[in-house]
Amino acid sequence: MAQIEPSNETELGEAVQAADGPLRITGGGTRSFVPVDGRTLSTRGLTGITLYEPGALTIVARAGTPLSEIKDTLSAENQRLPFEPMDHRAILGTEGEPTIGGAVAVNASGPRRIVAGACRDCLIGVRFVDGTGKLIRNGGRVMKNVTGYDLVKLMAGSHGTLGVLSEVSFKVLPGTAASATLTLHGLSPRQATEAMARAMGSPFEISAAAHLPGDSPATHLRLEGFEASVAYRTERLTAHLAAYGDVSVETDPGRVADLWRDIRDARMFAGRSEDLWRISVKPSDGPRVAEALDGASLLMDWAGGLVWAGVEAGTDLRGRLSGIKGHATLLRAGHDTRARLGTFHPEAPPLAAIARGLRERFDPRGILNPGLMGPATAPEPEKA
Amino acid sequence: MDMPVPNAAIMSRKVEVVRRLSEALPDNTVIHEPNETRAYECDALTAYKCAPLAVVLPSSTEEVATILRICHEEGVPVVPRGSGTSLAGGALPTADSVILGVARLNEVIETNYDDRYIRVQSGRTNLSVTGAVEEDGFFYAPDPSSQLACAIAGNIAMNSGGAHCLKYGVTTNNLLGVTMVMMDGTVTEIGGAHLDAAGYDLLGLICGSEGQLGVVTEATLRILPKPEGARPVLIGFSSNEVAGACVSDIIKAGVLPVAIEFMDRPCIRATEAFAGAGYPDCEALLIVEVEGSDAEIDEQLGKIKKIAESHDPVELRESGSPEESARIWLGRKSAFGAMGQINDYICLDGTIPVNELPKVLGGIRDLSQRYGLEVANVFHAGDGNMHPLILFDANKEGDLDKAEEMGADILRLCVEVGGCLTGEHGVGVEKRDLMTAQFTPDDIEAQLGIKDVFDPAWLLNPAKVFPLASTETRRIAAE
Repeated sequence: MAQIEPSNETELGEAVQAADGPLRITGGGTRSFVPVDGRTLSTRGLTGITLYEPGALTIVARAGTPLSEIKDTLSAENQRLPFEPMDHRAILGTEGEPTIGGAVAVNASGPRRIVAGACRDCLIGVRFVDGTGKLIRNGGRVMKNVTGYDLVKLMAGSHGTLGVLSEVSFKVLPGTAASATLTLHGLSPRQATEAMARAMGSPFEISAAAHLPGDSPATHLRLEGFEASVAYRTERLTAHLAAYGDVSVETDPGRVADLWRDIRDARMFAGRSEDLWRISVKPSDGPRVAEALDGASLLMDWAGGLVWAGVEAGTDLRGRLSGIKGHATLLRAGHDTRARLGTFHPEAPPLAAIARGLRERFDPRGILNPGLMGPATAPEPEKA
Repeated sequence: MDMPVPNAAIMSRKVEVVRRLSEALPDNTVIHEPNETRAYECDALTAYKCAPLAVVLPSSTEEVATILRICHEEGVPVVPRGSGTSLAGGALPTADSVILGVARLNEVIETNYDDRYIRVQSGRTNLSVTGAVEEDGFFYAPDPSSQLACAIAGNIAMNSGGAHCLKYGVTTNNLLGVTMVMMDGTVTEIGGAHLDAAGYDLLGLICGSEGQLGVVTEATLRILPKPEGARPVLIGFSSNEVAGACVSDIIKAGVLPVAIEFMDRPCIRATEAFAGAGYPDCEALLIVEVEGSDAEIDEQLGKIKKIAESHDPVELRESGSPEESARIWLGRKSAFGAMGQINDYICLDGTIPVNELPKVLGGIRDLSQRYGLEVANVFHAGDGNMHPLILFDANKEGDLDKAEEMGADILRLCVEVGGCLTGEHGVGVEKRDLMTAQFTPDDIEAQLGIKDVFDPAWLLNPAKVFPLASTETRRIAAE
C-alpha cells in the first residue's frame, strides 16, 4: 500500500480520520527501531520553519522539517538547539533525513543534556493530530507557561503513539565561541564516575562528561563558552582533577566537535551485530552497571547516568541489572529478542494503567503505532 | 467569579466524613471547627474565601493515601494545599471539600552531591531546599518571589519559575522524580534520581497540573553547584518601550544573562519609598545579572553595556562589590511588599515572546488610560513573563470588578501576540474563564481527558483550571 504523505495539517487530520487500520507513523524514518505493522503515514511532507525569532530565542517548524535545515538556520544567527539531538543513523544503519518531529517523538537528547536539558525541556509548543483526526495545540512559543496541562512534554518521547506531530516550537540558545575537551586517561568506570562527579559538582559548567572504557580508557569533559572563560576554566578544572592524573586538552574546534558527535551518536556501536541497549540510571550507579555487564562494550555518557551497552545477541540485560534503579531500552536487536524482552522497560502497574488510559484517550481506535509503547487495550482489570 | 454549588449531600455527611478521617489518622491531623479552619479559607488570592468541610494535615505519604482513599470512597472533593501562597486561587476550597495541607511533610530525605539531587517531602519550602545544601556550595534553581514561604508541592502544581529561569529553567526542568498518591489512595513512584524517566513523560504532565492529577508527597530535585560569581548591572531608561527594546536586543546579541528584571516608574517610586535602594528617578529600569567566571562576566557585561548605551540610558550602574549587588537587588526584591503597602493590587502573570515587549507595554499603557486604573510593571523580562500590577481600591464599589476586567484585557493581549495567560502562577480560579481565549474546545477536551485518566471521579481540585461550563458534566457525573 502506498505511503500516506499529507502536505498540510488538514490533510493529516483527514488521513488519520479516514484510516481503517493501523498506521505506522514516521518522520524521516531514521529513528525507527521498533518494527510496527500498518500503513505508513509520513510527516515528511509537512515541512518549513514557520517562525524564527532570534530575539526571543524561539523557533517553530513543521514536524517534517529536516533537522539539518533547523540547525543551519539557527547557526546563521549563532544560535543552536540546546539539547544536541543524536543522529540514530549510525547505530541503526538507517538512511534518510532526520526530521525535527522525529527528534521530538523519541526525545532525542545528546551529551549537553546534563546542563541544557533534554529535548522535552527545550520543547515549548506542539500541534498534533490525535487518533481520531482532531488537531490539538498545546504550549506555544514562550518558555514559561503553566496555562493548562503540559501536553508538550507528554508528546516528547511518546513515539507517535498519542498523536501525529504537525508542528513543534523550541526554546533555543546562543551558540558558543570556544570549546575544549579535557581528557583523563586510564581510569576505571568507578574512578571515572568519581572524576566526572567532581567536575560536575564544580562551578565550571561542564557541558558534557563521558567515559569510554576499553583497552585505553578515556574520560572526556567538555567546556564551552567565551574564549577567555574556556581558557580559565581549563586551567582551573585541570587543577581540580589533579588527583585523577594528567589531563590532556584539545581545543581544535573540529576535533572537539568530532569527538562529541561520535559520543552523541554512540558511533562505536555502528555496524556491529551485538544487541544495543540504552540504560538510564543515576550517574553514581554507572559503575554498578558496568560491573554487572562485565564483558560488554560500553559507552558512559551524562557523567555516568546514560550507559550504552553492546551485549551478545539475546542477552536479558534487564535481568542482569536487577536491583539498580532506572530503566533500559532495547535499541537494536533481532526480532525474537525484541519479542521476548520488549523494547521499553516494564512499568509499575499503576503507571502502566495510566499509560494505557492515555493511549485510549488520545487514540481510542488504537491505530497510532499500535503496540509500540505497550498494549492499546486494557486487559481485564484485577479487582482488589 | 462563580464557584460550583456545593454538594448538599456531602455537606450533610460532614460529621461522618470527619469521624472516618479522625479515626483513621493520628490526633491533631483533622480539624473542622470553623475557627480552626479559618486560615484555610483562602490562599494569597484573598478576594475569594470559603470555609472548607474540614482540613487534614498529614505527616506521611501513608496518611495522605489514607485520606485520599477515604475521600474517594465518600465522594468528597479534595483540594491539595502547599503553603497557600497561590495568587490564582489554586488552593481555594469549596464548602463541600476537604483541604489536604502538606505543610507537615517538610523533611529532607536525602541529599546526594555526587548525583546532584536532593529528595524532600513536598511541604518543604522552596528556600529551605537551597538552605539544606548551600553550605556545601549547591542550590536549587527555581526561585519564585514567594520562596521564603511557598512549598515544593505548590511549585510542582504551578510549575513555578522565578527570576533565574532564563538560564536554569522552571520547576519542570529541575524535577527528577516524585512519590505521588492517586485519588484512590494508590501510591506511585514516577522517575527517580536518573535524568530521564521511563515511558510517557508523566512527570512533565504532573508538573503544572494544579493538584488535579494526584498529590505529590516527595520530590527528587536537581541541585546545581553555585556559580563562580555573579554581577548585576542596573540600567535606567526614559520609557518602558525603550527598556523593552533593550531586553530583546540583549537576548538577540548572544549573551544569556541569568536574569533580566524590569521595573517601571510607579514601581520604582513605591520601592524607593519602602526600601530606599537608591534607584534612579526614571521611567523604567532593568536589572541584568550575569554569572560565571570573572572573564565571562566581564565579557558579557561589556556586550550588555554596549547594547544599553545604544538605547540612551539615563543611568548605567555596574556593581563593584557584593554590597552594591545587594543594593541593586534590594528594591526589586521588596517590590511586591512595597506595592502592597500603598495599594490593593491584582498581580497578573501573562507571558509573551520577548520581542513583543515594547508593543505589549504600550498596550498596557493604553488600557490603563482607558480603565482609569494605574498599572505598575515589575517582571522577569528575559523570559517574557510579565507581572503587571493593576492598582485599585478594595473599598471602592466596583473597583475590583473593573480591575479584573482590565486584567482580562491585558491577558487577551498577551495571547494575541503569541503568549499565554499564565507563566508561573497557574490558572486556578482566577483565569479559568479566559482559557477559551487561548485554547479551542478540542484543545481543552484533550486536557480534560488527561484528568479523566488520573482522577476518573473528578474529585481532585475539580473546580479549577478549566471553565466551569466545560467541566460541569464531568463534575456532576462524579457526584
